[in-house]
Amino acid sequence: MNYKTKIRKIGDKLKIGLTGSAVLLILAILAVILGTVMIGGFKSLSWEFLTQPPREGMTKGGIFPAIFGMVFSLILMLIAVVPVGVATAVYLHEYARSDFFLTKLIRGAVNNLAGVPSIVFGLFGLGFFIQFIGGGLDRSLGQSGLFGQPCILWASLTLALMNLPIIIVATEEALRAVPQAERAGALALGATKWQTIRHVVLPQAIPGILTGVVLVVSRGAGEVAPIMFTGAAYYLPYLPKLPTDQFMTLGYHIFVMTTQSPDIDATVPIAMGATLVLLALTFSLNIIAIIIRSRTRRQLSKGR
Amino acid sequence: METRENRLEIIDFSLYYHRTKALEEISMDIPEKKVTAIIGPSGCGKSTLLRSINRMNELIEGVTTEGEILLDGENIYHKNIDVVELRRKVGMVFQRPNPFPKSIYENVAFGLRMGEKAYSKGRLEEVVERSLKEAAIWDEVKDRLQRSAMELSGGQQQRVCIARALAVEPEVILMDEPASALDPIATAKIEELIFKLKEKYTIVIVTHNMQQAARVSDQTAFLMLGKLIEYGDTATIFTSPQNKTTEEYITGRFG
Repeated sequence: MNYKTKIRKIGDKLKIGLTGSAVLLILAILAVILGTVMIGGFKSLSWEFLTQPPREGMTKGGIFPAIFGMVFSLILMLIAVVPVGVATAVYLHEYARSDFFLTKLIRGAVNNLAGVPSIVFGLFGLGFFIQFIGGGLDRSLGQSGLFGQPCILWASLTLALMNLPIIIVATEEALRAVPQAERAGALALGATKWQTIRHVVLPQAIPGILTGVVLVVSRGAGEVAPIMFTGAAYYLPYLPKLPTDQFMTLGYHIFVMTTQSPDIDATVPIAMGATLVLLALTFSLNIIAIIIRSRTRRQLSKGR
Repeated sequence: METRENRLEIIDFSLYYHRTKALEEISMDIPEKKVTAIIGPSGCGKSTLLRSINRMNELIEGVTTEGEILLDGENIYHKNIDVVELRRKVGMVFQRPNPFPKSIYENVAFGLRMGEKAYSKGRLEEVVERSLKEAAIWDEVKDRLQRSAMELSGGQQQRVCIARALAVEPEVILMDEPASALDPIATAKIEELIFKLKEKYTIVIVTHNMQQAARVSDQTAFLMLGKLIEYGDTATIFTSPQNKTTEEYITGRFG
């Protein structure tokens, strides 16, 4: 073996080693995070932990209000984001002319929206939803502090706004996967454009849209920045009943327990437990999304 | 007034993709309850002409038309014509079978369900059975109407698509190379079917297969580069064409 080949072989090994260790590094980081959370959180997990409110200045008890508030806000978020997102995607993909200036503008806006940091959405929610819309509603109703204050409604709408691009992109992708020949087939039978969308296109796009929904739920569950000014509360002695109530939620609860605690030794295990619950939730949601996606792919390839 | 036996009349019809002229002043009368074949080399505009008859070209951005196409004496490009209504009168079968990923039953019932009239379950079942029988596929699928149409073979799917078009009781059926994606046996079945269907329907078929055109059609139109070169009885076109280009094409010297 001559000198040059040897050098090349060593270089080759070096590159495999470098790329491989990058993968290892990521796996190691993930393992450390998961390990810490598992070990720290597992001890605090119990049925009571999941079903009881915090007690004794939040140093004991469970996290039930945070789970409840999270589910409440996520449901409101979905009610807002899914119809608007799906409608936008249907307009962009089925109705709008692709060479039209407005279409390009909307597409660009959607992509930019996806790149905005979540804290900016939080501040936008505070300024737009709470002060402008909420405050305006209060003034015109002659009230004070009903709508113009942080609450689940505004927090959910802020989350919805943040997640709008994800739903739009997922839906558009799902619409793109529906063969053009089927649209033509329906139109040639005398179906209107909307009937074609409603009865032929959308039914096939639903799994793709659902994937987007699941991703949005798991992202909404994890984000703290958009809700910390718009509705999340440090501690509430009662469960929220109306969309105009404030709420506790898992992500914010973890933040509070680790940074704002009066007795850090007592609250860290609770924060660990809450983190474990949140991680388990988002992980399982992501797995559900993957399953739905792969199942649709299989069905589509079987169909043709 | 004379009685009108030509259901479809194409008069000085031109079509543009943006500024390119894809069809040039085409005029032809398509007789009722006959099979009219449109032949010509690839890209000659035969599919475009076919798709002009049910205005499917409108789905493509940048298409404009000139001239008229009359169906029962009415210009289908007139602004008062409802394109949805038109497409119920002019059905279409595509090059590749394109059933919906729904049951066989739902595929055939689709057109009726999309219409304004509401059909009872019994009436719907009747129409589905009649259409599948007309499309000569009833015996093969009668025991599995609720199974997905995607499970059928290509030839069966194409006949379901024909049944789907028949269910809305069109006057004209457009067929865009309906057998080009099928094997010889499935092709023979489709051709047999076309022969039967012309008792009730006016059929316009685009094909690049000249034997097929000779076998199934009564009238043949030869198109080249967007122009109608020759149009007449299939027998005449194939045995003693008037135009030299037509002769060269049908004897296989190009195309």
